[in-house]
Amino acid sequence: MTRRRDAHDAQRRMEHAEQGELSLTGPGPIVRPFGDTTGDGMVQVSFTLPLPHDKRAEGAALQLAAKMGMEPALLVHAKAIGPHYTFFVVYGSVTHLVDVREVEVTEREFPLLTSKEINSEIKKRLRRKLVVVGACIGTDAHTVGIDAILNIKGFAGEKGLEYYREMTVVNLGAQVLVPDLVNTAREVRADAVLVSQVVTQKDAHIHNTTAMSAAFREAFPAGSVPLLVVGGPRFEEGSAASLGVDRVFGRGTTPGEVASYLVHELVASRTQPDPRGAQR
Amino acid sequence: MVDLARSHTTVSVERATLRLAGLSGADHANIPWVNHLVDAVRDGVGLEHGVTTPVWDAVRRGEAPDLLTLAQKSASGAVTFRLPEGRDATASRKAARTSVARGIREIDRQRATRDRMVRRFGDPKQKPWIYLIVATGDIYEDIPQAQQAAREGADVIAVIRSTGQSLLDFVPEGATREGYAGTYATQENFRLMRAALDESSKELGRYVRLTNYASGLCMPEIAALAGLERLDMMLNDSMYGILFRDINPVRTFVDQRFSRQVHARAGIIINTGEDNYLTTADAVEAAHTVTVSQLLNEYFAKEAGLEDWQLGLGHAFEINPEIPDSFRLELAHALLARQLFPDAPLKWMPPTKHMTGDVFRGYLLDGFFNLVGAMTGQGILLVGMMTEAVVTPWLSDRDLALQNVRYVLNAAGGLTEDFSPPHDGLIQTRARQVLAEAVDLLDEIVSDTTTKGTAHPQPLLAAIADGTFGSMKRPPTKGKGLDGVVVKADAYDNPATTLLEEGATR
Repeated sequence: MTRRRDAHDAQRRMEHAEQGELSLTGPGPIVRPFGDTTGDGMVQVSFTLPLPHDKRAEGAALQLAAKMGMEPALLVHAKAIGPHYTFFVVYGSVTHLVDVREVEVTEREFPLLTSKEINSEIKKRLRRKLVVVGACIGTDAHTVGIDAILNIKGFAGEKGLEYYREMTVVNLGAQVLVPDLVNTAREVRADAVLVSQVVTQKDAHIHNTTAMSAAFREAFPAGSVPLLVVGGPRFEEGSAASLGVDRVFGRGTTPGEVASYLVHELVASRTQPDPRGAQR
Repeated sequence: MVDLARSHTTVSVERATLRLAGLSGADHANIPWVNHLVDAVRDGVGLEHGVTTPVWDAVRRGEAPDLLTLAQKSASGAVTFRLPEGRDATASRKAARTSVARGIREIDRQRATRDRMVRRFGDPKQKPWIYLIVATGDIYEDIPQAQQAAREGADVIAVIRSTGQSLLDFVPEGATREGYAGTYATQENFRLMRAALDESSKELGRYVRLTNYASGLCMPEIAALAGLERLDMMLNDSMYGILFRDINPVRTFVDQRFSRQVHARAGIIINTGEDNYLTTADAVEAAHTVTVSQLLNEYFAKEAGLEDWQLGLGHAFEINPEIPDSFRLELAHALLARQLFPDAPLKWMPPTKHMTGDVFRGYLLDGFFNLVGAMTGQGILLVGMMTEAVVTPWLSDRDLALQNVRYVLNAAGGLTEDFSPPHDGLIQTRARQVLAEAVDLLDEIVSDTTTKGTAHPQPLLAAIADGTFGSMKRPPTKGKGLDGVVVKADAYDNPATTLLEEGATR
């Protein structure tokens, strides 16, 4: 019956919030998960316990749900997976409240530009082509990410960086060795190096990225290291500094976002054309 | 292309031949003895005549009592090789053939063992066979997972390889517990897993098959090890290594021919990798490249001696689910493959590209994938996981995935007999369109004469070089492993190839 009272309470607060009580009319700042009624706090979880399926296992599942803050919890499904494991689905109301004011997000620090704006910015301010080198490093053979960003084919309806008239793109493909990447970046005088990492087993994406950034910082004098950008579905936002790179892009990043970022970092801040000249 | 493959050998073909002759093991730095011996012969007299003649000549001259000692001595440069002539050459060749024939007979014995076990325990009751992947990186973790997967209903267990292995120019040695996104393919890992699945076969009363990868720079050697250790299926694509691993095209076609000859002899079913074309290109636009690749794989497979029942030609459910009629298009493509290759088992692979992390939607998509498999009578069904692109499959993910497969096969497994789409309907029209595009592409490849008169006049090489497949440009003069390719001399001899081509046992 708690649920009904909660719902009723939510309704009242929505219509006549008392003094000092947080409003429920607008979004936030205090929220609970939403099932079918504001404030019901309903969530679903599924998990497996290493116990044979019996009454005790079901009790154990409910104990876990309670410890996760689900009160009351409803065990809606339990099924044995072989003789030693049981799979559970639990629905219930979580007691936790979420304060939206305490959430920290990395807001996009650069404006999104159209491909036309990107080309004209580079042409106007850099006065030469922007050189981008991309690769999958280490043992990672999944070029899906880097290809989505670089290939003309692109991703999510946006054309890849190869499509930009004012960019020169060198896509080294899969399983590129870090020294080869460094050498190529030096040869073509890359402004930016894009690295994609999909395989995350045993934190391979972290190890590969830190090794890559260290190699670049060793090979280039300070201040002339190309902009290092890493992308992949499992990088944490805000981990750029600890990885030694300039920017991390996550799942769902589009070529346009990457291009806008490159322009923001390498081009837009310029008040003068690149002193290294147009032949680069 | 076949002439090209016949007229070259590679370091890996030569190493595979030594493995068949029983040379195994590695030095303290884990460099296999076959690598040492092939390198030493290459440095001494070259590989143009094959590795075996100079090696057995050295044994006959008393340089070492056996292959292992010879390899060890050669590693420190203590053996001088020569190209024997006349009676010495004949005697060396004969000795080499006797030794290599032992390996070939072991492959024959393993094939007979499989046949016996299939007779005793039986094949899976249903078609398609259910194919599940394990990939922990640690063979001792893989084993209980594979046995559990078999208990849950898997008919075929694939142990995914560590991603780096394709580009290793040697086969790692021993039981391994470290790998990235997979477990290294080694002879000992093969043996351990096959023994475990033999136990499972006994327990479950059906023969549980084992799959690994004969691909990358060591394709021939891994094929030989698979034959010796009774693996049942091997991933083995004619162009995958070239396009997606940047391995030299000539190296790949030479290695592939030898590996397929071994697979043919060993009774191994090959699985080809057409799914890869669809993950890098649009699955509707690139549908005909799958058909072309299947036809090429079929041709090269049959040329190497494989029979129809050994051709697990690949295709996949990778059309963007947002586009209208995506399911009907999938049906059209799957049915086309089924009808083009009526006697091949065909391997049907699940969605990966459009699995977003929304596991609920993914579960539905996998259900539709299973339905296409059931309606079009596919031979091998790789089970899709709703957590694709999220985590390596959990115990519960696999259980749910198998429930999905079982439900669909149970509910709709017989639909093949009712399902014959009308001639003018979307499905048949689309299938005809894809087939026509495939024929056009083949025509275009064959009639390309731009490389005529050059060092690599083969139109297929030209097509690979200009990015016809998978949008990758792979010229025959580039790519990894090129330095391991050798043009055969007239007097080249390889007893393994001879025994495989003659079907001889001695």
